[in-house]
Amino acid sequence: MSKDNQILEDLNSKEYEHGWSVNFETDEAPIGLNEDIIRWISTKKEEPSWLLEWRLKAFKIWQGMTEPTWANVKYLKMDLQALRYYSAPKQSKKPKNINEVDPELIAIYERLGISLHEQKRLQGIAIDVVLDSVSVATTFKETLGKLGIVFCSFSEAVKEHPELIQKYLGSVVPMTDNYYAALNAAVFSDGSFCYIPKGVRCPMELSTYFRINAANTGQFERTLIVADDSSYVSYLEGCTAPQRDENQLHAAVVEIYAGAHAEVKYSTVQNWFPGDKEGKGGIYNFVTKRGICAGDHSKISWTQVETGSAVTWKYPSCILKGDYSIGEFYSVAVTNNYQQADTGTKMIHIGKNTKSRIVSKGISAGKSQNSYRGQVQVMKRAHNARNFSQCDSLLMGNQCGAHTFPYIDIANPSAKVEHEATTSKIGEDQIFYCNQRGIATEDAVALIVNGYAKEVLNQLPMEFAVEAQKLLALTLEGSVG
Amino acid sequence: MSTLTQHELVLGLFEAAPATFLSLRQLGKESFYAQGMPALKSEEYKFTPLAKKLESSLTDFFPANPIKISAEQVKSAVFTGFEGVVLVFSNGKYLPELSKSTEGLTVNLLSEIENTPLGSIAKADKDPFTALNQATFTDGLHLSIDSKKSIESPILLLQFHQAQGGQVISPRIWIEAGDFSKATFIDYQVSLDAAPYFVNKVVEIKGGVHANITYHSLQEESNHVIEVSNVVTNIYQDAQFNSTQITLSGDMVRNNLTLNLLGSNSVGNMYGLYLLQGKTHVDNHTNVDHTIPHAESNELYKGIMADQSRGVFNGKIFVRQIAQKTNAFQQNNNILLSEDAIINTKPQLEIWADDVKCSHGCTVGQLDEEALFYLQARGIDKITAKGLLLYAFAGEVLDKIEDDSLRNYIVNQIQKRLGSNF
Repeated sequence: MSKDNQILEDLNSKEYEHGWSVNFETDEAPIGLNEDIIRWISTKKEEPSWLLEWRLKAFKIWQGMTEPTWANVKYLKMDLQALRYYSAPKQSKKPKNINEVDPELIAIYERLGISLHEQKRLQGIAIDVVLDSVSVATTFKETLGKLGIVFCSFSEAVKEHPELIQKYLGSVVPMTDNYYAALNAAVFSDGSFCYIPKGVRCPMELSTYFRINAANTGQFERTLIVADDSSYVSYLEGCTAPQRDENQLHAAVVEIYAGAHAEVKYSTVQNWFPGDKEGKGGIYNFVTKRGICAGDHSKISWTQVETGSAVTWKYPSCILKGDYSIGEFYSVAVTNNYQQADTGTKMIHIGKNTKSRIVSKGISAGKSQNSYRGQVQVMKRAHNARNFSQCDSLLMGNQCGAHTFPYIDIANPSAKVEHEATTSKIGEDQIFYCNQRGIATEDAVALIVNGYAKEVLNQLPMEFAVEAQKLLALTLEGSVG
Repeated sequence: MSTLTQHELVLGLFEAAPATFLSLRQLGKESFYAQGMPALKSEEYKFTPLAKKLESSLTDFFPANPIKISAEQVKSAVFTGFEGVVLVFSNGKYLPELSKSTEGLTVNLLSEIENTPLGSIAKADKDPFTALNQATFTDGLHLSIDSKKSIESPILLLQFHQAQGGQVISPRIWIEAGDFSKATFIDYQVSLDAAPYFVNKVVEIKGGVHANITYHSLQEESNHVIEVSNVVTNIYQDAQFNSTQITLSGDMVRNNLTLNLLGSNSVGNMYGLYLLQGKTHVDNHTNVDHTIPHAESNELYKGIMADQSRGVFNGKIFVRQIAQKTNAFQQNNNILLSEDAIINTKPQLEIWADDVKCSHGCTVGQLDEEALFYLQARGIDKITAKGLLLYAFAGEVLDKIEDDSLRNYIVNQIQKRLGSNF
């Protein structure tokens, strides 16, 4: 028992490795939130008037909304008026390509293990890096451009492809969707935009890396992925933030549009600062992610590995509108110390012969609370809809909690829906079995957890899978159930 | 009355107060006002808009007076082959002249009991309808089983309901099983005519150490009846609670079944079956609270929805931090038979202890085409084949009913339906 406690303590005392921050000159908006701030952001970003109007409309809607309280998380409410809504590293002129980017900024990403130099990178990943409120650099733009693929920061897209933005912005996550989506629509600063033209299979993984650096700043990025008919793209998202005592807000919106026969694979490893072991600080991650399978035979697949943020409130969803469309959701959520996660998905079956699959693996340790909240909805006309959901929870230590809230709403008799969930701890017999064969307890736990999460990790692109596996092993190193 | 306000609802019901329960009713009233009728978006009553239903269906919020029941009516309502005692109620009021007790069972009116324990198990602040019942009930029955007494034959609580113009019936029952006792109760509700009314029932059950209580509830009321039933059970060490909830008809029915496991090695088995047709709307909410280590709960609810009916299921399992070594299982299976039928199900687990085995499963589907084909290939016509398969589906729950007379009666009622294409 004492050894177990020791191991649990070690686990609890593990430090967050990306907790550093860097001081550099920034362009900042004044603290507070009002119409003037929104105009300020819009002017700063040299936005067209339609976008400013869109923002102001969202702000009006947001003012009439209240913060949702239904999620199974407890946290101190943030004073949204005490936040800064824009913070960007000062750059004398806009860099034309990666070689002109401030070396200081590049150094930040080198330190995070992300090289922005194209020649140094693994072939096959184009990356857009976002620091606080702005996109710093986007790699491989020319290579992608030759195929007609647009991959750039959101602000750039607004200037260069306004027709695409106007068509798709807010089409999947309307500004009226929820409190944080409305807030994001009003104040979003940057993000990534990608457009894959008809029939193009994107040859490399597209990736965005988000980093919060400034203090007292919220990050509100907006990602829009449009896959036109018969195209394919795999998209990755990663994120970290410095270790600070106060909570920081991250309220992003991700919209995915998939045309007929298109396929979008969205993978993310969330490694925000989760707060220290007393539960102080950390990121509030209130994110709205949704994709629409608009065309027939389209497919959207979400894969997420959640290890970070103090409070997570996130439900990547699929609207299966096209006939024969497919939605998938694979998730591993790890919570430790005082972390709280309320995460899951929504699968809304509208078209005929639609399929969805949900695999959610929750791991709770320390004093954390981990909830799965999901909805499978089969509309009246969604004939032959098929859903399979599995959500398992693994508990480590007797002070954490695992909760499951699956909503299953079926209005069509031809639907086949299955849901199953289990809760357990790592069996002593499993550990004993490994010990017997000369595997140390720590390694045995890592082995078992990795096996437990394998179904999800297998869905990740290779480079990400390695990172996620390491992250899992690191977070839960040596813990015995 | 065109619109329903809480004020009118309670005041109408509150007036005829017997002095004994005045303070209890006052507390219930305050609690009901504090909670109010569940709003449209309230999570607990999300799919079951009772406030709206009551408003549109009922015209009169006064308590229904008991009606005259004859010995013949009792005789014809009792299941064929039933061997046990019958306690008869008319609109919630106990009729001693038609009832018979048995050895080991003490029957009292609630108003005859000093220091009433009412409200200590079904707490008014937990549910607005429990509060409403507490504010408006006039009397009810207190049943207690002597310690170490095992009553082999079941006790039938035969509840006749008939009310005009949407009056309110508020039955209230307290069941107390002494240590090492055993008893089976069958709570059977029948409508005498098809007029709409509102039944708001509260049953509190207390199972002592090593007690074994079985509570079957059969709801077979007319399709104009709105019903809310709150059954709350506390059981202690080594005790066992078995329940079956069978719902065959009604307009809008909401059953809240709560089981608090308060002693180690206690076991709860909860089964349910809802066979719905027409526009019947049935909502089963179950809540199992594991507050101590080494307890077990099993739950199986099955439903078949035809026509424009709607089924709602919400099963909650709470496992508290100290409740290590808990085993909790929950299963909900549903079959939709028509384009217009709807099921909303939410099997919910909330677990704070790590050394537990908990699982839940939930399915929505239709009859297996291959099984249907297999039967048809052997000369069984489609309707019969379908009936056979549906019967087999429901059978898993029916098998849990030990009393032959009750089971046979339900089987008969179901088969009548299955023969006519459900």
